[in-house]
Amino acid sequence: MSKYTEDDLKKELETKEYEYGFYTDIESDTLPVGLNEEIIIAISKKKEEPEWMTEWRLDAFKKWQEMSEPEWANVKYEKPDLQKISYYSAPSNKPKYNSLDEVDPELLETFKKLGISVDEQKKLAGVAVDVVIDSVSVATSFKDTLKEKGIIFCSMNEAIKEHPELVKKYIGTVIPKTDNYYAALNSAVFSDGSFCYIPKGVKCPMELSTYFRINEAGTGQFERTLVVADKGSYVSYLEGCSAPSRNENQLHAAVVELIALDDAEIKYSTVQNWFPGDSDGNGGVFNFVTKRGLCENNAKISWTQVETGSAVTWKYPSCVLKGKNSVGEFYSIAVTNNFQQADTGTKMIHLGENTKSTIISKGISAGKSQNSYRGLVQISPRAKNSRNFSQCDSLLIGNECGAHTFPYIETKNKSAQIEHEATTSKIGEDQIFYCNQRGIDTEKAIALIVNGFSKEVLNKLPMEFAVEAQKLLEISLEGSVG
Amino acid sequence: MTQLKEKLLSSFIAFEDQKDIDSYVHGIRTKAIKTFEKEGFPTKKLENWKYTSLKKTLNYDYKLFPSETKALEFKDIKKYLIDDVESYKIIFVDGKYSSHLSETTHDGMDICILSSALNQSKYDLLIENYFDKISKKDGITSLNTAFSSEGSFIHIPKNVQVDKPIQVIYFSTGKNESVFYQPRNLIIVGENSQVEIIERHQSLSENSVLVNSVSEIYCNVRSEVKHYKIQNDKTNASLIDNTFVSQERNSDYSLHTFSLGGELTRNNLSIIQNGERIESTINGITIIGSNQHVDHNTLIHHKKPNCNSYQDYKGIFGDNSVGVFNGQVMVEKEAQKTNAFQANNNVLTSDKATINTKPQLEIFADDVKCSHGCTVGQLDQNALFYLRSRGIPEKEATALMMYGFANKVLGSVGITQVKTRINQIIAKKLGVKIGFDI
Repeated sequence: MSKYTEDDLKKELETKEYEYGFYTDIESDTLPVGLNEEIIIAISKKKEEPEWMTEWRLDAFKKWQEMSEPEWANVKYEKPDLQKISYYSAPSNKPKYNSLDEVDPELLETFKKLGISVDEQKKLAGVAVDVVIDSVSVATSFKDTLKEKGIIFCSMNEAIKEHPELVKKYIGTVIPKTDNYYAALNSAVFSDGSFCYIPKGVKCPMELSTYFRINEAGTGQFERTLVVADKGSYVSYLEGCSAPSRNENQLHAAVVELIALDDAEIKYSTVQNWFPGDSDGNGGVFNFVTKRGLCENNAKISWTQVETGSAVTWKYPSCVLKGKNSVGEFYSIAVTNNFQQADTGTKMIHLGENTKSTIISKGISAGKSQNSYRGLVQISPRAKNSRNFSQCDSLLIGNECGAHTFPYIETKNKSAQIEHEATTSKIGEDQIFYCNQRGIDTEKAIALIVNGFSKEVLNKLPMEFAVEAQKLLEISLEGSVG
Repeated sequence: MTQLKEKLLSSFIAFEDQKDIDSYVHGIRTKAIKTFEKEGFPTKKLENWKYTSLKKTLNYDYKLFPSETKALEFKDIKKYLIDDVESYKIIFVDGKYSSHLSETTHDGMDICILSSALNQSKYDLLIENYFDKISKKDGITSLNTAFSSEGSFIHIPKNVQVDKPIQVIYFSTGKNESVFYQPRNLIIVGENSQVEIIERHQSLSENSVLVNSVSEIYCNVRSEVKHYKIQNDKTNASLIDNTFVSQERNSDYSLHTFSLGGELTRNNLSIIQNGERIESTINGITIIGSNQHVDHNTLIHHKKPNCNSYQDYKGIFGDNSVGVFNGQVMVEKEAQKTNAFQANNNVLTSDKATINTKPQLEIFADDVKCSHGCTVGQLDQNALFYLRSRGIPEKEATALMMYGFANKVLGSVGITQVKTRINQIIAKKLGVKIGFDI
């Protein structure tokens, strides 16, 4: 066997990129601003989608036009003008900067605190990098292992072309096109996203992550993810990245659908750290995401999320517990600082017998931010012996922020057992004093206490994610102590 | 619904014609009817009415003013009174004050009726300062304001400890017609005074009755008000009870709501704390069955530092009944060192019963202790087995356990006779003959 040199790798990577088909066949970069049927047809055409997909998009668009933007959430913001957005722009291949020196020093400082290697820093900040050897080789070997097991993990666009039968069967089944305003919008214009299928009885040997699929970077503001775990399979899926990203898109309306068939288990972890706006509350990303999972018999779906970014977050990862003995879990940490607003929570819809759900939500508000938990636990008349436990704790730092809890509990079955508890408190002066006494300065002490407060959720994250998330909490709360 | 609205709007003109149009209240009523015209009846589209629909209730052909009233004797109403305790009584029959059944006073305090307060110039200042000042300006409350002419008027001056409880009871006898009443209570408790109030709405009619009641309660500095609402009406009577409480520094207000009957009962309760070191306690027991519907909608608004609030609502729901609890605690930025506690425990005893609960916390201050807990469950089978193994029949054992479940709230009732009465009602509801000792 001849020696495998770095040059070979380089060559391979170039062709690989081609193989993934991500940057190919895109002639013009950006479509004109505005939204109408022609634009949707154009998007579909650019993606070389089959006709059924175009129809599907158009149908969603028709329904969307009849809907109005929801206003019930406990957030205030200026509504983005949806006609002023360009709904398609090809991921730019061109580097934004020529060297790290041109990048915002504040961003670099954050990278440093997160312990991200120089190469990775360059990539994340959009600096031209020759080859990021580490992550790419990981991606390559990773692809082979998956193939062996029969796991499909590719971009949505690719899946529509290569596995239309799977996509057609499952897309929109958990989140109907008409589910809500932003889901309908996403269904009409989604740019790309991820598709994942785990065959029967297969335990995915590694954590699947969009982060490893490097050419997936910049899928745009309307992502669509579909994860299907066939009978008896298991997958752990990571979304997002703890590194801050300065995204120019103001509105993100993503849709994530999970389907766990009989005896399957899906673990979905998210770390979201989009641009939250500056400390005066200018700018920032609006994050309006619809996430929902469907559990068949004995299946389990577990959502774990760490939300530290975005100016406005509006997100309710939910579980429809349709099958008998199915289990839904939701673990969340939402941190808001400065002028951030978060309205997040979950819905647990118990339809089958013996279904169980657990909700642990930790909200931390600092600065002038507003943090709300909004959740629904619904027990249908058929859901005998179902069980729910919810705990929502809020921590307030400073007296200009707000923490709110809006749990909805609807029970129609006498055998159901539901417990909900919520507390709101602040970091005790005695706790800080105790730390100070032992030589830990106040900022570190707060980080320590916050980490302890959110431990229950951090523990549910995959290892490497948990470490980063912990650091991220510290950074997010930086400067919140006067 | 729209039919009834039209009817209400047109009868307002006739109603207001009989009144003194120069009076201060005239302006308020006219404004209120306009608000009602604009807002109308609440629908399920409103977040606060998400789980309660008035559609069916508003479908009857209600008369606003009963055509004839039946004269009631004391023996007819005796069983609805807490009669084994000395008390002041303000009794209304079909919306009219019944002087021979009542026992009022003007001796050092005013325990009388709103119509006389509205018509006598010596009360003008009180009316101008307190009437319609804290009531919400939503459709349903404005409707009451527009038609407000009668109800109880309780004014306790400074440093008075009212010697006996006050019973306020509204009877309706509507012989051949369905009636829609709008009673209005105004309660002003002066500095350092204490009072106990028992309130009840009772239908004696075979036809459906709808009561849309509004009470405004002012608790001045260091005052203490104990309020009891007994809701055990017939299954063709519905009640929308709007209570607005405003508390000043160091005052203590407590309310017990016993929702044990009625077709549809909606309690809108709002407490505003305007000073420091205020205590507010609201408790409730709900035991309903058949097709009954009880909705508790509470708001405690903490505006100033160092205040406490406690909420404890227990519910047992059988048959096709529906229970709703929507409790909101609001803590403003200034209200540091607030302690707010909220609990809502529910038991479903039938597969067709529904409970919708929504305990909310909205907190803008950091140095606070706020918690809420909410459970839905069923009676412990092991405990039930324990009781039955000791020879207690199933029905009695279940009743005992349900009683135990609700007992914490009952235990905090201050008037023994009220406690006994509620005990009797519960025992009757559960269909058991065991006396519960207190």
